[in-house]
Amino acid sequence: MTTHYLVLSGLLFAIGAFGVLIRRNAIVVFMCVELMLNACNLAFVTFSRQVGNLEGQIIAFFVMVVAAAEVVVGLAIIVTIFRTRRSASVDDANLLKY
Amino acid sequence: MESQIAEIVQHTGGVIGNAWLMIAFPLVGAFILLVFNRFTDRWGHLLGVAMSLASFVVAVLAFFELLGFGEEERRRAVHLYEFIPGMVDMGLLIDPLSICFALLITGVGSLIHIYSIGYMAHDEHRRRFFSYLNLFVAAMLLLVLADNYVGLFIGWEGVGLASYLLIGFWQFKPSAATAAKKAFVVNRVGDFGLLVGMFIIWTTFGTLTFQGLGEQITPGQTNGTMLAIGLLLLLGACGKSAQLPLQSWLLDAMEGPTPVSALIHAATMVTAGVYLVVRSGAFFFPEGSGAALAVAIVGAATLLAGAIIGCAKDDIKKGLAGSTMSQIGYMMLGAGLGPAGYAFAIGHLITHGFFKADMFLGAGSVMHGMNDEVDMRKYGGLRKYMPITFATFFIGYLAIIGFPLLSGYFTKDGIIETAVHHQPVLGWLAVLGAGITGFYMSRMIFMTFFGEKRWADDAHPHESPAVMTVPLMILSLGSIVLGGYLILSNRLLLFLAPAVGRPEALPEFHFTSTPGLATLALVAVGAIIAWMKYGRVEVPSVQPRGSFLTTFARRDLYGDALNESLFMRPGQWLTRIAVFFDNRGIDGLVNGLAAGIGGSSGRLRRLQTGFARTYALSIFIGAALLTGALLLVGNI
Amino acid sequence: MGETITFWVLAVVSVGAALGMVFNRKAVYSALMLGTVMLCLAVLYAVQEAPFLAAVQIIVYTGAIMMLFLFVLMLVGVDSSDSFVETLKGQRFWAFIAGAGFLALIVLAIGNVVFAPQAGLAQATGTGGYVRSIALLLFTKYVFAFEITSALLITAALGAMVLAHREKVTEKATQKDLSRARFLGDRPSPLPGPGTYARNNAIDMPALLPDGSVAESSVNRYLARYDVEHDHLPKDPKLAEALKATAEADEAPTEAEQDAESNEVTK
Repeated sequence: MTTHYLVLSGLLFAIGAFGVLIRRNAIVVFMCVELMLNACNLAFVTFSRQVGNLEGQIIAFFVMVVAAAEVVVGLAIIVTIFRTRRSASVDDANLLKY
Repeated sequence: MESQIAEIVQHTGGVIGNAWLMIAFPLVGAFILLVFNRFTDRWGHLLGVAMSLASFVVAVLAFFELLGFGEEERRRAVHLYEFIPGMVDMGLLIDPLSICFALLITGVGSLIHIYSIGYMAHDEHRRRFFSYLNLFVAAMLLLVLADNYVGLFIGWEGVGLASYLLIGFWQFKPSAATAAKKAFVVNRVGDFGLLVGMFIIWTTFGTLTFQGLGEQITPGQTNGTMLAIGLLLLLGACGKSAQLPLQSWLLDAMEGPTPVSALIHAATMVTAGVYLVVRSGAFFFPEGSGAALAVAIVGAATLLAGAIIGCAKDDIKKGLAGSTMSQIGYMMLGAGLGPAGYAFAIGHLITHGFFKADMFLGAGSVMHGMNDEVDMRKYGGLRKYMPITFATFFIGYLAIIGFPLLSGYFTKDGIIETAVHHQPVLGWLAVLGAGITGFYMSRMIFMTFFGEKRWADDAHPHESPAVMTVPLMILSLGSIVLGGYLILSNRLLLFLAPAVGRPEALPEFHFTSTPGLATLALVAVGAIIAWMKYGRVEVPSVQPRGSFLTTFARRDLYGDALNESLFMRPGQWLTRIAVFFDNRGIDGLVNGLAAGIGGSSGRLRRLQTGFARTYALSIFIGAALLTGALLLVGNI
Repeated sequence: MGETITFWVLAVVSVGAALGMVFNRKAVYSALMLGTVMLCLAVLYAVQEAPFLAAVQIIVYTGAIMMLFLFVLMLVGVDSSDSFVETLKGQRFWAFIAGAGFLALIVLAIGNVVFAPQAGLAQATGTGGYVRSIALLLFTKYVFAFEITSALLITAALGAMVLAHREKVTEKATQKDLSRARFLGDRPSPLPGPGTYARNNAIDMPALLPDGSVAESSVNRYLARYDVEHDHLPKDPKLAEALKATAEADEAPTEAEQDAESNEVTK
């Protein structure tokens, strides 16, 4: 079963990464990042059961906490940017370049 | 034969024990005059003379104290202080050779100091002039009194510095500034030789003191290293004594005030090379060695070159400078003949110091009366207007051409006879040189003091003040009697013997030897030719074009041209090539690199699109590649 | 057997939802899809002997984080939808290559490993029970990390407040200012309600004035625009005309409003 869970985890991670790369709406990009984090959590939980050790779950727990903090700050940034530029597109914020 | 060089005895106390005072007096004088500057303007020259005289008094007292010792104990070393710990102790060596030089330097030096009071009376920088003169005397005394090569080298550089400062004393004249620089640069070549020679001495023998070398070197010993040292020391001597091939600076050095020419560039400093050769003679120039032969050849070549240059110069000081070169050539020739020649070389050095200083100061006196005119074609008929100057100059003239019974006769003849005996070819060249000397010195006399007046309109020739003529008289007195006193009955030779060795057979002076008579005959011929060309007929006051040979001599035998084409122009080309290489090669490389980096950066920065998704893509591709690489090496 | 069935059902659902999240043009649907994936994962956690994590997943992710997402979506504009025209050259192609390649590598790596039978957590939880074991680890071995996360959360909250805070550049308008502005403007009275003399009570139906004419500004301009865009116009041409007028009037002020706002920002 472990293999199945891990492949599912990898699949979700790859989908999330693909989403990050092709979506322009910053909020959706954020969602994709969350999906990647969740995929990792699944792998942690799976390995935790595989090796009979609770620490994998503890790490998944911390990942969730950090993800929550990250979402709070990230969404605040998106709101701020949207307020000044009237746009949530990550491509529109491209002034920092050559 | 050289084994007769006496051991060096350590000495304390007495006048010799305090011989450092000789150096200290003029050094303190120079220090005071330079540091207290304008405050000493009024009495500075008197202090300078007093310091020089004090040094002379010490030298005379030391000389008499030295005479009080037995012949084998006349080499007294005085330890002063530890100079470079464990390597060099500074000390003085008072022996017959160095005391001769000390007496000459302080004696003639003092006379020239006195003369300068009058000569430089109207120069606003007279005080500075005296400070440099004092500095020179101190450095020169250190050169001859030091008991090791390091001290000698310090004095050597010191006189080089003083010479530079004094040639360029009238630095507002571009010619003087250039001449000073030239003298300094050419001397540097010689100093380089001396320095490298010292390095080799140190690595070979581990000591630089004359005493240490005397203990290590068995007399007559020669090998490749010693030959190399000898040739390098000879290079140093050539630089300082204006011998071929480093002669070119001396003629230009006449840009300095005349007392400088008399003191430094005739009587004392330029003889330092002779001193170096004689002092090192027992170690590196043993009789019959290659190095000694080289010395003799250099001497003979220079004595001819100097004489030929002297024939064509219209500038009285440059004529005398050519003569100086020539006379030092005689000394070098003598010094290259081993102990037999040393006494004559040193004797000629001393008498030359007197009669050449006499003539230079006489020339200065003439210039003093002729508004600093130096062109002999603008002189003529001056003997009536400057009787004392004429008389003293004439005595110097007779001495230098070797008129019988005057100083130069004994010393020069001694060199020539010894040379004919040891190196016949060089000896007969010296005889020829003596003939040319007769010509050009007579030419000088005739053009200056005889014939018609060819003066500039505003010239009012007059006799110089007593402060200038009295030194002239003293010097001319020396020019008359000194040679005979020193040479007859081998007085100087026997006196010097403990320091430089004594020849197997004591030479006897023959008044009627073949070379001597030949010399006299040639000198007479030279003088007659000079009279016919410059005494009997009118001398044109504008320089005629002259034959090829005359131009050759006027241009200093193309010495400068040779230096220019051999060293200066290739050097300039080398510089240009280096500049080109630097501009195109190194700068091109650096600039090209910078431009390349700049250009590629300009293109690379296009990667910074500002789109976060592009960055994310590159990160993700990188992560994927990294994963692939880890898989490949089998770590997952 | 039960686990296998659960896994396959949830795997299919979650992968489908994930793909739907990525490929849906509307952010709100993406958010709902993400919620689905998270719920699926929560069940999978529960299946994999991690009931505490399953609870946390639902409470923190689907409860808090998803709500935050939706809240921000409301702020930013719920009705905006992405254009799917890719503007960056080659981005989609290379993204696909990278994603597929990465997935292939992961599958390759996992497929090459032969796993031992699952150890299970029975031994790790021991006698104290599951939640107690988790708490034991969290408050002994990982107590420092735990405390640091509290600092992290406080910092994040503070940061969000700082970022979202808007500095006032003008005086706050008092009630007096507002009423003065109202009376100085075109319309001192309130806007007409939609229902007045209306023949039906739909909120997007313009009101009629007593004289039978149409009150143009009685319908909210957003609703009017929505109706025009989605062709929900009433059959009565008079009313339809009024809605169109309101919708058109909405376009122009929006521009002006934007200008005014951008000016405010530059100030």
